Amino acid sequence: MTILEPRKHGSAADGMVGGRLSRFEGELKITGNATYALEYPLENLAHAVLVQSTIAAGRVVSVDAAAARAAAGVLLVLTPEDELGLMTASDWFGNRSENQPFHPLPKVVRYNGESIVAVIAESREQAIEAAKLIRITYEEAPAVADMDDPKAGEGKLLDAMTVEWGDAEKALAASAVRIEAEYRTPREYHVAMEPHGLTAQWDGDQLTVWEPSQWTHGMARTYAEWFGIALDDVRIVSPFIGGGFGSKGGALAYGAVAVAAAKKLGRPVRLAVSRPQNFTSYGGRAATHQTIALGATQEGVLQAIVHRGASETSTYMDYPEQTGAATPILYKVENFSSQTRVVPVNAVTPGALRGPGKNPSAYGIESAIDELAHKLSMDPLELRLKNYADHDYQSGKPWSTRRLREALTEGSAAFGWAGRRHEPRSMRDGKALIGWGLGCGTFPVIRAPSSAMIRVLRSGRVEVVSGAIDMGQGTYTILAQTAAEALGVSIDQVDVVLGDSRLPGSAIAGGSMLAGSITGAVHKTANAAREEIVGLALNDPNSPFRDTGANTLVVSEGRISVASGDGPSMTLSDLLSAVGRDALEVTRNTLPDDAQSATDRSNAWTSMGRVQGPTMGDTSMHSWCAHFVEVRVDEDFGTVRVSRMVSAFDCGRLYNPKMVESQWRGGIIMGIGQALLEEGLVDPRNARTINNNVGDYLVPTNSDIPDIEVISVGVPDYEASALGGKGVGEVGIVGVAPAIANAVFHATGKRVRDLPITLEKLM
Amino acid sequence: MRDFSYSRASSIEEARKAALQAGAMMLAGGTTLLDLAKCGVGEPDQVIDISHIIGLDAISIDERAATIGALAKMSAVADHPAVLAAFPAVAQSLSLAASQQLRNMATIGGNLLQRTRCPYFRDPATFAACNKREPGSGCSALGGVTRNHAVLGTSEHCIATYPGDLATALVAFDAVVDLGGRSVSVEDFFLAPGDTPDRETVITPGEMIVGVSLPTSAAARNSTYLKVRDRQSYEFAAASAAVGLELEADGKTVRDVRVALGGVATKPWRAREVEQALIGKALTDETVTAAARLSMNGAVAQPASSGGNHYKIELAPRVVARALRTLGGLA
Ligand SMILES: Cc1cc2nc3c(=O)[nH]c(=O)nc-3n(C[C@H](O)[C@H](O)[C@H](O)COP(=O)(O)OP(=O)(O)OC[C@H]3O[C@@H](n4cnc5c(N)ncnc54)[C@H](O)[C@@H]3O)c2cc1C
Ligand code: SF4
Repeated sequence: MTILEPRKHGSAADGMVGGRLSRFEGELKITGNATYALEYPLENLAHAVLVQSTIAAGRVVSVDAAAARAAAGVLLVLTPEDELGLMTASDWFGNRSENQPFHPLPKVVRYNGESIVAVIAESREQAIEAAKLIRITYEEAPAVADMDDPKAGEGKLLDAMTVEWGDAEKALAASAVRIEAEYRTPREYHVAMEPHGLTAQWDGDQLTVWEPSQWTHGMARTYAEWFGIALDDVRIVSPFIGGGFGSKGGALAYGAVAVAAAKKLGRPVRLAVSRPQNFTSYGGRAATHQTIALGATQEGVLQAIVHRGASETSTYMDYPEQTGAATPILYKVENFSSQTRVVPVNAVTPGALRGPGKNPSAYGIESAIDELAHKLSMDPLELRLKNYADHDYQSGKPWSTRRLREALTEGSAAFGWAGRRHEPRSMRDGKALIGWGLGCGTFPVIRAPSSAMIRVLRSGRVEVVSGAIDMGQGTYTILAQTAAEALGVSIDQVDVVLGDSRLPGSAIAGGSMLAGSITGAVHKTANAAREEIVGLALNDPNSPFRDTGANTLVVSEGRISVASGDGPSMTLSDLLSAVGRDALEVTRNTLPDDAQSATDRSNAWTSMGRVQGPTMGDTSMHSWCAHFVEVRVDEDFGTVRVSRMVSAFDCGRLYNPKMVESQWRGGIIMGIGQALLEEGLVDPRNARTINNNVGDYLVPTNSDIPDIEVISVGVPDYEASALGGKGVGEVGIVGVAPAIANAVFHATGKRVRDLPITLEKLM
Repeated sequence: MRDFSYSRASSIEEARKAALQAGAMMLAGGTTLLDLAKCGVGEPDQVIDISHIIGLDAISIDERAATIGALAKMSAVADHPAVLAAFPAVAQSLSLAASQQLRNMATIGGNLLQRTRCPYFRDPATFAACNKREPGSGCSALGGVTRNHAVLGTSEHCIATYPGDLATALVAFDAVVDLGGRSVSVEDFFLAPGDTPDRETVITPGEMIVGVSLPTSAAARNSTYLKVRDRQSYEFAAASAAVGLELEADGKTVRDVRVALGGVATKPWRAREVEQALIGKALTDETVTAAARLSMNGAVAQPASSGGNHYKIELAPRVVARALRTLGGLA
């Protein structure tokens, strides 16, 4: 277990909720003392390497592994012929098909880069070398390389995702001013700094897996079901994660391979997914196309939105990237229509990548709104304010809180938007065309239950314990703050232990739902712990408070005292000594009272069954933001540099502004990459993503990033969460790409409708 | 990674002798070698570590020439005050290359010998056809994704871009590679692919780069390296130009001009037609634009269907023109 030291910055109030405490684990990380999944020292460790398909579709006819098996150090070669005896695990919602075998090394190839063979050797280098000797004979089948492939066709309409109100087509036709355009985004990848992989060890029927995880309990369930063992016999350990961005939410096929190999060998096995293999071992953000038509009056009052979206999915699963997710909720509009399609292609099933759905969706609608503003010769800020949504037109519900207007006005003031000349190509500095653009973003508040344990120790330390994880977003830090405040102890006394499926369960760190959920659970647990301490002090025969006649006591700065101030006062540690207790331990969860059975609890921590969407209550709950961007475009070269950015956010209350600002900036930086650089290049002949490494798949460097001013305009939203916060992690990226695209249009007069905006599109 | 034997050379002679062994490769900074070993392209049997040869990292410079030892680090040359003064384009070509960490490791000799970034070349497990790796096996890039492939000096056998920045600057200023026993101009040192794309330079087994020397000139003193790319740093050039300019006393007429292109050709590309068109002429917007266009004489683009590279034919002359204008005070 990892015990972390808090680092304070500035005043004591930093230790309270809302304080700017620096991250707990920062020092461990920058000094190299944080141990990651592939670094756990284990004796007798064997090393597994994956061999992936080099064709897009077909059947494995045979695998010639003789040379590999004979190579130095090789212990085991697993091929599709090996029966591993695994069963298919439940989906995200806990649904499981009975008696379905699971073959992590399949005989049928569905995409280029699918894992087919694993080679396990004494050293990783030996495994890599032996893997080169594997010869796979395929019977190739025709493949669809991507959604632009003529063979891809229209795809399937997903009826359940159609959203309609009013009569959008009619209102559009009757509108005085109309625009219609198609927007495209390419395949994008998570490229977290820490690549995927795991270390797996069996001890009898007990399995321990060290694997970076956004959800230790959910992953544990999958491994348990694959291998037919009890949930309690699986332990996922993940105290530190080098970034996930949605990619580390669930167990993946390579994990099954490594664990199966460890079982067969009776030795611990480490499997490091190579950087190129990270591009196909799980899906990135799907490529999308969307057509958006807007109708408005001459005055710029929006009359209709018609949206038709499509995204790539795999041939074996429908995963929609919801390009219609933000479209219905950003503006006041009486007539709306949105349809969503998926287009199966020979690629790994796409997955969630920061701001899933909302991100490409906002790119579409926020570009279209800018096009409409241009057509109306109107300030794009004014157009947005004019069509401000007073309530959620999709659900018909009022907003819980929506301070997008404040984000727009305060952001524009900080940026100096009032000085904008609205015609394109109206600002320049030598060869640099300067443009100012605006884009809004949103992300729903997703709620889920969590649980936590608090231990008050006689040593004076307080431990906050949960299976929730911290992948850099600040869970360690905000939980210490939450517990310190609610319990009435100093932050310096608090240790936080996270990232282990043996610990109390929690929501997934995804969809921006963890912080609101787990602070709620810790807050509840800490309050209960304080009450228990007070009860102990008042009632224990050995307590010095027993005879004070007080009916309650105050806990503050780690001391317990009588409220009036004239009575005993002592540290919690002294109290525990006085009553002869080593520790006081309290566990609580935020499940409803009627869902407290063992099964309820287990299901809650290992499935999405208890997750609540943004409109499941009486209101509609979302985070909001507005990004203001200045770009400089070289008029000869077409290179775009973001030179200034101001982003204003409504994310409710901020538990720790320093952590939040880092989340926002991180999202914005990814948005800059998405707008200008990131694109999986697919070879049309074999459907392989050929820039599958960080030398060729470009993400921003420091020099691509200007100073980013972030502003919080939120107010506490206690419908969204116990402590009043809304999600902060996903929303930062949403709206950045259209803000940049709009700025590029303003600079150059050229509207680029397919990301990324690379130089040749502007030359 | 394949097992290899490792030996450390303590002198040039020792290194050259060791390099005669079958499957031998020299190790300098290792930033290319390790990278290629990881993707299965560089598979040495013998690694001859030359990085400890004493004195081979010297940088000396006088009125006539600069001499840079093969083991001088990219960062050391980039930051060398005398190099900065006499050959700004050379210093800039280095400081705009790779990343600071790589520049601190990588050497001048190794830099010249870096290999193409053609993704098909770098993925032998998937793309068996690559004439550069396996002569006669074909070229996977043709018909593939070619946004970063060359438009100049290509052949039907290979269209891979030479990616380095330094060599582009060196070729503009008539630098010479010292191979120990003989010296070759940088321009002749590199070979266009023709029908032997596997042969990238004239270096033969048992030879090594000992250093490079650069004659000083007025054009080199007034020079610049302009590198254009989508990402602000840590990316290879979409197109780059090393340009040096010397004007007559009238401040207008071109006495000497050097132009070389990077990121667009199969080898560091000296654009002599551009130079010839300008020498003796007044440097004006018009003469610059017209001359810069000549840099693309003979350029061949790949089909646009899958991220073609036609844009390079538009871009490169603009880069050349901008650099000329900047040096000539027109911009
Ligand atoms: C991610 C990335 C980005 C990069 N970006 C750029 C860029 O933008 N611009 C750019 O120009 N470069 C770039 N590079 C390339 C980098 O500059 C080279 O890798 C580096 O210069 C090689 O030098 P080295 O000393 O490390 O060579 P090594 O890896 O040691 O050697 C390279 C090759 O040369 C041989 N060799 C080395 N020294 C000698 C010698 N003296 N005589 C004979 N043979 C020798 C070796 O055997 C080997 O084949 C990039 C590299 C990477 C990995
Ligand atoms: S362009 Fe050259 S290096 Fe690339 S695949 Fe073709 S032959 Fe090989």
